[in-house]
Amino acid sequence: MASNEEGSLLKQMSGRNTRTMLRVTILALIAGAAVASRLFSVIRFESIIHEFDPWFNFRATKYLVQNGFYSFWDWFDDRTWHPLGRVTGGTLYPGLMVTSGVIYHILRFLTLPVDIRNICVLLAPGCSGLTALATYLLTNEMVTSPSAGLLAAAFMGITPGYISRSVAGSYDNEAIAIFLLVFTFFLWIKAVKNGSMFWGALTALFYGYMVSAWGGYVFITNLLPLHAFVLICMGRYSPRLYVSYTSWYALGTLASMQIPFVGFLPIRSSEHMSALGVFGLLQLVGGVDYIRAQLPSKQFQTLLRALVLFVFVIAFGGLVLLTVSGVIAPWTGRFYSLWDTGYAKIHIPIIASVSEHQPTAWPAFFFDLSMMIWLFPAGVYMCFRKLTDEQVFIVIYAVLASYFAGVMVRLMLTLTPIVCVASAMAFSQILDTYLDARVPKTESKDSNSDAAKVAAAAVLPDGLRSTRAPLVGIYSYASKLTVVGASIIYLMLFVLHCTWVTSNAYSSPSVVLASRLPDGSQHIIDDYREAYYWLRQNTPENAKIMSWWDYGYQIGGMADRPTLVDNNTWNNTHIATVGKAMSSREEVSYPIMRQHEVDYVLVVFGGLLGYSGDDINKFLWMVRIAEGIWPDEVKERNFFTPRGEYRVDDEATPTMKNSLMYKMSYYNYNTLFPAGQAQDRVRGSRVPAQGPELSTIEEAFTSENWIIRIYKVKDLDNFGRDHQNVVSFDKGHKKKKASKRRGARVLRVE
Amino acid sequence: MPPKSRTTGQSATPSSATTSSSTMSTPSKSSKNAGQADAQQIVQGVWSNYVKKTPQRTKLLDTFMLFLVAVGALQFLYCLIVGNFPFNAFLAGFSATVGQFVLTASLRIQTNPENKGEFGSISHERAFADFVFGSLILHFFCINFIN
Repeated sequence: MASNEEGSLLKQMSGRNTRTMLRVTILALIAGAAVASRLFSVIRFESIIHEFDPWFNFRATKYLVQNGFYSFWDWFDDRTWHPLGRVTGGTLYPGLMVTSGVIYHILRFLTLPVDIRNICVLLAPGCSGLTALATYLLTNEMVTSPSAGLLAAAFMGITPGYISRSVAGSYDNEAIAIFLLVFTFFLWIKAVKNGSMFWGALTALFYGYMVSAWGGYVFITNLLPLHAFVLICMGRYSPRLYVSYTSWYALGTLASMQIPFVGFLPIRSSEHMSALGVFGLLQLVGGVDYIRAQLPSKQFQTLLRALVLFVFVIAFGGLVLLTVSGVIAPWTGRFYSLWDTGYAKIHIPIIASVSEHQPTAWPAFFFDLSMMIWLFPAGVYMCFRKLTDEQVFIVIYAVLASYFAGVMVRLMLTLTPIVCVASAMAFSQILDTYLDARVPKTESKDSNSDAAKVAAAAVLPDGLRSTRAPLVGIYSYASKLTVVGASIIYLMLFVLHCTWVTSNAYSSPSVVLASRLPDGSQHIIDDYREAYYWLRQNTPENAKIMSWWDYGYQIGGMADRPTLVDNNTWNNTHIATVGKAMSSREEVSYPIMRQHEVDYVLVVFGGLLGYSGDDINKFLWMVRIAEGIWPDEVKERNFFTPRGEYRVDDEATPTMKNSLMYKMSYYNYNTLFPAGQAQDRVRGSRVPAQGPELSTIEEAFTSENWIIRIYKVKDLDNFGRDHQNVVSFDKGHKKKKASKRRGARVLRVE
Repeated sequence: MPPKSRTTGQSATPSSATTSSSTMSTPSKSSKNAGQADAQQIVQGVWSNYVKKTPQRTKLLDTFMLFLVAVGALQFLYCLIVGNFPFNAFLAGFSATVGQFVLTASLRIQTNPENKGEFGSISHERAFADFVFGSLILHFFCINFIN
C-alpha cells in the first residue's frame, strides 16, 4: 500500500497542518480503495442483491420505505411461514433497514431520487469505508506511532475476511454491524482512558445501534465486562473504570431493551448475565474503594474484602440457581455450539446444516487474512510489553476472537478487526525501526573514552561486538534497505492476494452464476431469476410455494409468493414438515402438501450443469431434520445403500428412489440424453435408464439449465380416484404395460 | 497516587488476612464485644470525618443518591410483594433509579478533589455537562420503555 511509505514520510514532514492534511488524504484514499475493491460484483454482473438473507432484508427495506416506520414496526407478514405467518417487525434486527431507509429519505430530501435497491446494494461498501476510519481511530488509541493507524485502516479496508461479508450487494446485517462493532470498541477505549461519562454514554448509544443491527452484539456485551473484570483482577481498578463501565452498562442495557426482538433478554438470558455481574461487582469494588479511602483500619478492610468475595459467591450461586429453576433463560443452542463443536450436530441439525456455522478449516485463516496471520501474534506480544488498560483489551479481544473464529466460520468476521489492529501495530513497529534514518555516530567517541568501558574491554575478549562498538543497533543502510524492501514486497503481495481473493471468491452474487465459454468469454447463467420471474408472472398472487428453506427468502423477494419455510428458521417443526414431505413417498407427501395448501413445489437441481449446491446434495439435511421430529417415519439409514454409500444411480435405495425430492429432481431427466446415457454431473454417476414417474404433481416449469424445477401440485381427482389410479388409467389408454402399474401398487401397499 | 496506594494495599494484604482469619476463627465473646465497640467507634469516626470534610455540594449529591437507593428499594419491594405485572414499567422505573444513581456516583467521583489525578482532562463543568447528557439519554430511554 502507498500508505506505509507516506506514513514514514510523515516523520520527515514538519508542521502539523501538513501532517493532518496528509493523514486525511490517505484516509480518504483508503476509504476509496475499500469501496472500490467491493464493486467487482456490480461491474461483472449488475447491481443486484446477493445470496439469501439479503433478499429478506431488501424486502423488509422496501416495506419500510413504502409503508413507513410504524407499520414496519408492527409488521405481521402472512406471506411467509404459511399458514403460521411471522411477526416480522418484532423478530428482526431493524438497524440495517432503518439505516437504508434514512439514507433513502435524506437523498430524496436532497432531491436525489436514488432507487432503494441501489442504496441497499451499495450500503455495505459505503460502511466499509467508515469501518476503515473507525479502525484508524481505534488503533490510534492503542499506540503512539502515527503510521499504525493508517496501516490498520488500510488492512481493514481490503482484507478478504471482511470483504467476504461486505461486497456490493451483500445487504446483510454484518454490513453495518462491523463498523458499529469497531466504533463501539473505539468509544469504549476512549471512555476507559478518560473516565468520561460522555464517552461512556456515546458507547452506550452506539452499542444500542449495534444491538438494533446484528445478533453479534452479544460479543460486545461479553467482551466489555470481561475487559473490566480482568482489569479489576489485575488490581487495576480505577474510578475511571467505574465511571466508564457503569455509564455504558446503565444506558446501554436500556438502549438494547428498546429493540422488540431483544426485549427483556438483557436481564433474562445467561449471555447477558456477565455484564450484569460485573456491573454489580464494580458497584461493590467502587464502594469498598471509597470506604477504604475513609478508613484507616486494616482489619476492617480485610473484612470488606471478605464481604466482596461473599457477595460475589452469593450472586454467582443465585445466578446458577435462577438458571436451573428457569427464571433466567439458559444458553441458546447456538451458544452451546460455540463451546462444543459437536453439540449442534447431535442436538440441533438445523444449526449444523448451515455451512457458515461449521468449524473453520485452517487454510481459511490464511485465505482471509493472508500475511496478517503471522503478524497478528507479534502485535499481541507487543501489547504484552507495555500492557496499559487499552492494550489489555487488545489481548482479551485477540484471545476470545481467535477461539470463536476457530469454532465457527462466520465469526472470522469478528476476528478480522483485531487482526488488522494488532498486525498494523507490529508492522508499523518494523517500519518505524528500520525507516529511522538517523545514525547516532557522534556519541561513540565519548563512550570509548569512558574508563569503565576501557576496563571492560580489557577483561572481555576483543571478539565481542558490543565491546568493539558499544552502540548496538541497526545502522547500516544495507540491512535497513533489505528489511524495508522485504516489508514493502509483503505489502504488495498482500494487496495482490486481497484483490485476487475478492475478485475470485467473494464477488459472486450466487443468484446469478458465471461460467467461462471455451473461447474465454463470460457466460451468465441466470436460472434462478428466470424461474422466480416465471413464478411471479404465471402463478396466482397467493400461490403457496414449497421449497427447502434456503430459497424461502429469495422466493419471497424475487417471486413475491408466499412460502412455507424460509431462512429465518424460527420453527423447526415446520421445516421438518417440509423435510418430511420432500423425503417421503408421494402418497405420504401429498396429504402434507394438501394440508399446507401448497400449490407449487420448487427444487434446485444441478445435475445437468454440475452445480453442486443443489437440493440432492442438501437432501440428507432434510432427512436428518425430519428424522428429528418423526424418527419412526423418516430414517436416514434408509437413504444409504447397505454399504453406506449415498447414491443416486441404479443402486440407489428404494427409499431414495421413491422420495419426492429424488423424483422431482430426475423427472424426465433421461429424455435429455440418448437412452441409458443420462449422466448426473454433480454426483458423477449414471442415472437409471428408467426415469421416475410422478402421479400427484406435474411438471410446471424447468429453467434453461435445469437448475430450478417447479412442479404443480395436482388437485383432487374429479372422480374421487387417487392419483396413482388416474395415472395408471391414463397410461392404460396409452397402451402402456400393466407390469409398471403393478410395481407402483406394490409400493403403495408396503 | 493510585499506584502507590495499590502497592501498599497489596503488600498489606497477606499479613492482615491471616490476622483477620485468626480472629474470625476464634469466636470468643469478649473479642466479639470488643470488635463491636471498635466498629461503633470506627463508624462514629467516619461519620464525623465525613460531616467535617465533605463539601456541601457533595453532600447534596450523597443525599440524592441515598434518595435514589430508597426509591429503587421501594420499587423492588413493591415488585416482590404486589407482582411485576407491567414489567416494562417496573423495569423502566427501576433502571431509571439505578442509572441515575450510577451517573450521580460518577459525577461525585469526577468532582471529588482526591481523584484529580485520575481525571485530569475533566473539569467540574465538563463533568456536570456529561452528567446532564447521560441523564437526558437515560430518561429518554426510560420514557420510551415505559409503554
